[in-house]
Amino acid sequence: MIGLAILIRRDLRLAFRGGTDAMMGVIFFVLAAILFPFGVGPDAAILPRIGGGIIWVVALLAALLSLERMFASDHEDGSLDLLYLSPVSLGQLALAKAIAHWLTTGVLLLIAAPVLALLYNLPQSAFVPLVATMLLGTPTLSLVGAIGAALILGARRGGVLLALLLLPLYIPVLIFGAGAIDGAIAGRDIAPQLMILGGFLLAALALAPWATAAALRQAIE
Amino acid sequence: MQGLTTHKLGCIRGERAVFAGLDLALNPGRAMLLSGPNGSGKSSLLRVLAGLLPAAAGRIEWEGTGITQDRDGHRARVAYIGHADPLKPALTAAENLSFWARLYGFEPDVEPALFQFSIETLADVPVRYLSAGQRRRVTLARLALGQNSQAGPALWLLDEPATGLDPGAVSMLANTILAHLSNEGVAIISTHGGRLDELLDAHADRFDMRELEA
Repeated sequence: MIGLAILIRRDLRLAFRGGTDAMMGVIFFVLAAILFPFGVGPDAAILPRIGGGIIWVVALLAALLSLERMFASDHEDGSLDLLYLSPVSLGQLALAKAIAHWLTTGVLLLIAAPVLALLYNLPQSAFVPLVATMLLGTPTLSLVGAIGAALILGARRGGVLLALLLLPLYIPVLIFGAGAIDGAIAGRDIAPQLMILGGFLLAALALAPWATAAALRQAIE
Repeated sequence: MQGLTTHKLGCIRGERAVFAGLDLALNPGRAMLLSGPNGSGKSSLLRVLAGLLPAAAGRIEWEGTGITQDRDGHRARVAYIGHADPLKPALTAAENLSFWARLYGFEPDVEPALFQFSIETLADVPVRYLSAGQRRRVTLARLALGQNSQAGPALWLLDEPATGLDPGAVSMLANTILAHLSNEGVAIISTHGGRLDELLDAHADRFDMRELEA
């Protein structure tokens, strides 16, 4: 547990020292979401209807942006070898990296999402469901994303490969995340969607670090 | 008591046998200087001994016990220095070192280790601004961290550690290694000759990777 805290602290410190790099994901999130109304036109009837889905799609892409570097710099400078030789297991390393990624990306998306909801004129009843689905969904993105980030180590054009690997895996989160927001706007009960998102999170928490560790082991060899 | 022994050790990289049938024996308090041309398998051997690469054939034993029987124990006794400097440019030299110290459970006070390689004045400088030789010194200071701790690593695996070091720094490295050996430690060092070899000569065995091919 101490090892986990040391690793998370180091990643957060690196993210803060990196300055604007850490903000890139959330800036992309806001900018990309702002583009859509220019494309489809400022129709007050259409925007609330597509808003929930667009915010979720853009959140997936924003999370993807910062994933490529999750293990890459540690792999390039030999840190990964030392992390492997340390008392901390690769599974713990994977979990620490996913948590640090969520804290530097997911949390910022969570904060920015209500602002975008306002922009899309989503009804008030959709705000809490939006934040709730993001709260349950974005950690899943980080955990599953860690598997992809570990698999692309050593590959050329890793970023494109990462998108190909991960976007299909992100579809279930997108369906239930956006579905819950639509349901809330239509006045339906959204507890089932939230429970499924919670189930995804628990499954990812249990399985993703394990799969990531196996991929990292391959990269070290 | 035997320190490190290997029996018929073999390594395969990308379907090519890098080396095979390697028998080494190293007693505590001795170093081994590995030589051989580029691509002769020095780095691969060090990575296999560290447990970073799986051995394709043969056994590695520490005090008579196979390292595959006690992987955690083996990881705890290895100090590995590779070609790259595992330092984060955005963090200072002291921050980089204290991260590794805390992760490995070493003494978190990095001052003596920095002092040992004469880089105490660089403690608060981000690694981004350091020269290649200075970075190397910070990397090597990690060895001193383990040395200053109780139950530090006993098996040092150093892959061309003197690359980019000035003569003064090579002496500091040699002194650090000699202190480790006098402490019943074991060190395996890949090298292309030079000052480090001369300084360690009295305490070191030599092994040329070309002997295997003959």
